[in-house]
Amino acid sequence: MAEDVFKALADPTRRRILDELVDRDGQTLFEICARLVTKHGLGLSRQAISQHLAVLESADLIRSRRQGRYKFHDLNTEPLEHIVTRWLRPDGPESSA
Amino acid sequence: MRIHLSSVFVDDQEKALRFYTDVLGFAKKNEVPLGKDRWLTVVSPDDPDGTELLLEPDGHPAVKPYKAALVEDGIPAASFAVDDVPAEFDRLRGLGVRFTQEPLEMGPVTTAVLDDTCGNLIQIVHSR
Repeated sequence: MAEDVFKALADPTRRRILDELVDRDGQTLFEICARLVTKHGLGLSRQAISQHLAVLESADLIRSRRQGRYKFHDLNTEPLEHIVTRWLRPDGPESSA
Repeated sequence: MRIHLSSVFVDDQEKALRFYTDVLGFAKKNEVPLGKDRWLTVVSPDDPDGTELLLEPDGHPAVKPYKAALVEDGIPAASFAVDDVPAEFDRLRGLGVRFTQEPLEMGPVTTAVLDDTCGNLIQIVHSR
């Protein structure tokens, strides 16, 4: 689990996506694409951004939510707390293999 | 060459006419009966001889999956210019319009995205 989080955070585009979701939660793919290209000059294809979202989702850093016909993406910071407590309060052994 | 006509595929022409005129504020331009459907266009009241928007029936089998896929990812079917996106956002939300994207400033451009109730998302935009 932690491995997935580190891998997800290792990519600068994925970190930008998280930055933008901090600015406003609950974004569509269209809004994420628009923010990346206009605010950060990251002109990736929608497919590429979808793949980044899938990596972030598998690390549980974002959660996608279907609401009627729409699909929104929300930030989930819980996995980050586990990373931080590992070193700030190092009392438990590493849980994953 | 100029753009004379653009279209959005709507699930119900009567409902679409009401939304595009009563809510968004366009004016009906052409209405020609064509069997069970109509050639139905609207224009901006500020530019009655300008580009027409055709409210086109979405009966072709290719259209509904296309519309559903765009809406799922939040992609607008058309983009309309307004003077002030936040003001228009407040006005339309007051009328019960649903937005999938609230006003977003992107450098010189501000956009928002709303649901036209006929199966499409519509972007509104202003530039500074």
